[in-house]
Amino acid sequence: MTAPAIPADLSVGLSTEDANIVQRVSVWQRLARHWGVRIGGVAMLLLTLIALAAPVLGTVDPTLFDPGSRDLLPGASGEITTLEGESIKHQFMMGSDSFGRDIYSRVIYGTRVSLIVGLACALVSVLLGVIAGLSAGYLRWLDMPLMRVMDGIMAIPGILIAIALVALWKASLLSVIVAIAIPEIPRVTRLVRALVLSIREEPYVEAAISLGTSTFKIMFGHILPNTVAPLIVQGTYICASAILTEAILSFLGVGLPTDFPTWGNIMAEGRVQFQQFPHNVFFPGIFLAVTVLAVNILGDGLRDVLDPKMAKKV
Amino acid sequence: MFAFLVKRIAATVPVLFIVAVLVFLLLRLTPGDPAAIIAGDAASPENVAKIRENLGLSKPLIVQFGIWFGNVLAGDLGESYFFKVKVAALIMQRIEPTLALSILTIVIAVLVAVPLGVLAAWKQGGWLDRALMGFSVMGFSIPVFVLAYILIWIVSLKLGWLPVQGYERLAGGFWPFLQHLILPSVTLSVIYIALIARVTRASVQEVLSEDYIRTARAKGLPENRVLIQHALANAAVPIITVIGIGIALLIGGVVVTESVYGIPGLGRLTVDAVLARDFPTIQGVILFFSFVYVLINLLVDVSYLFFDPRIRY
Repeated sequence: MTAPAIPADLSVGLSTEDANIVQRVSVWQRLARHWGVRIGGVAMLLLTLIALAAPVLGTVDPTLFDPGSRDLLPGASGEITTLEGESIKHQFMMGSDSFGRDIYSRVIYGTRVSLIVGLACALVSVLLGVIAGLSAGYLRWLDMPLMRVMDGIMAIPGILIAIALVALWKASLLSVIVAIAIPEIPRVTRLVRALVLSIREEPYVEAAISLGTSTFKIMFGHILPNTVAPLIVQGTYICASAILTEAILSFLGVGLPTDFPTWGNIMAEGRVQFQQFPHNVFFPGIFLAVTVLAVNILGDGLRDVLDPKMAKKV
Repeated sequence: MFAFLVKRIAATVPVLFIVAVLVFLLLRLTPGDPAAIIAGDAASPENVAKIRENLGLSKPLIVQFGIWFGNVLAGDLGESYFFKVKVAALIMQRIEPTLALSILTIVIAVLVAVPLGVLAAWKQGGWLDRALMGFSVMGFSIPVFVLAYILIWIVSLKLGWLPVQGYERLAGGFWPFLQHLILPSVTLSVIYIALIARVTRASVQEVLSEDYIRTARAKGLPENRVLIQHALANAAVPIITVIGIGIALLIGGVVVTESVYGIPGLGRLTVDAVLARDFPTIQGVILFFSFVYVLINLLVDVSYLFFDPRIRY
């Protein structure tokens, strides 16, 4: 980002030297200095690396099992049967489940599912919410009916919508993502609509209208860029809640198919034997809690820097 | 004030109607034949035909909705495919545990969160303030079922203080009833405490910078009276509001908590119905939860009149 960070009217009273000082503190630098952004960002980077490098982190295929290696304690050695049918020695760092699958491999591969679901849900709901919000805020005839529908969706607890939709559709990565994203759309829509309603009164939008700019171009060229900062913040929070919801769906047995290595599925499988083998629940649980915490801390940091008005409210 | 009440109640009617439309459409959003989906993969063609007839699927969609909506208004939510009883009766059977769990959770949450929020606002930037803000981020992040298992492991398995899971009806004695509810309520209240404490802190902080607080202190009022009678009383509206909005979180939490602790309430019923693809029950429970949510937020709005006499609609 090379654009000067100070608006023209603020720089009037400053000497060139002062202006340079102000100018040097770009948004990126302010982000890099914030502890929440640092901690959350580094944690997310690590988790992304774990997800990408899953195959080389001492894991085996997370769907492999071996009847001889059932219910092993963390750190125990055993054998695992590969798809080709040969038995190889393997150390079960987090133990094994009641099928003899390696919990460690499942947890590590589970990172992929959680991050993909979180990111995809944030993107889908922000995208659809932006389209709906811009339309409601800019096309007045659409405002009333669209916002009433959004009110209706908001009146239904989000997790119930997600559960019902996944139950109706065949559970797949795509259907889980869409089912979790839908209840998040109204909040984005409301945010964008409110922003549009205040931005459209700005002189530069008025100027664009009087110059004969098309409605489409005003919406996407002039108004949308001004909603980016709050949307990034909102998207981060949606990501955190989507990761949680996916885990809940899997845990309740209505999410992704049970052989899919997701943290919720591992815990659902482990809960049956929780009294004897609590680690089957705790290892994926710790990963889940840490991931959601990292995203939330990142979100709070982004909000402090990008959206200071909002940060003051809560 | 009467005009406000009428207007506010009238405003909830369209919301509830749209909720009903959405819940009705849920079943039609799926690609393919709803009757076949309801009947399941193993159903015979006769079964599918029977369900199709029961649903009136040959009639136009709007007529189908009219019939269904008329029944709902009359309190008839249809019959459960799985439990073979009326959905409304099923909901009434399962409501006690959920109600008990929710009320205890809200009581715990308010009793813990409001004092903490007030104290954090009072010593802004102090250790309690920082600890509370840290706790609140954690509270939002730790999944309710992970927390549930941590608590079960420590309190029930290691210390043996409380039962691992299950539920006792209130009719079976108050102590066994409470014993089974303590752990689930504490589990469920954590996220709620995080939410309420955060808003209490922000709201009280704002009020504490008002002139009349300075006046109250200047005239020598003890600090606890300043905090409670002046600050908290004037900060009540946002706190009440967030308790109402938080009901959505609570309902989501109930579904999970009841599953973990084996409590036979509405949350458990929701999961059972979804696993059995029992669509009338799913529709009924969602409709019921949404109705309760909208109703509570209506009560919250009305309570502003009581908590803030300045508000005169």
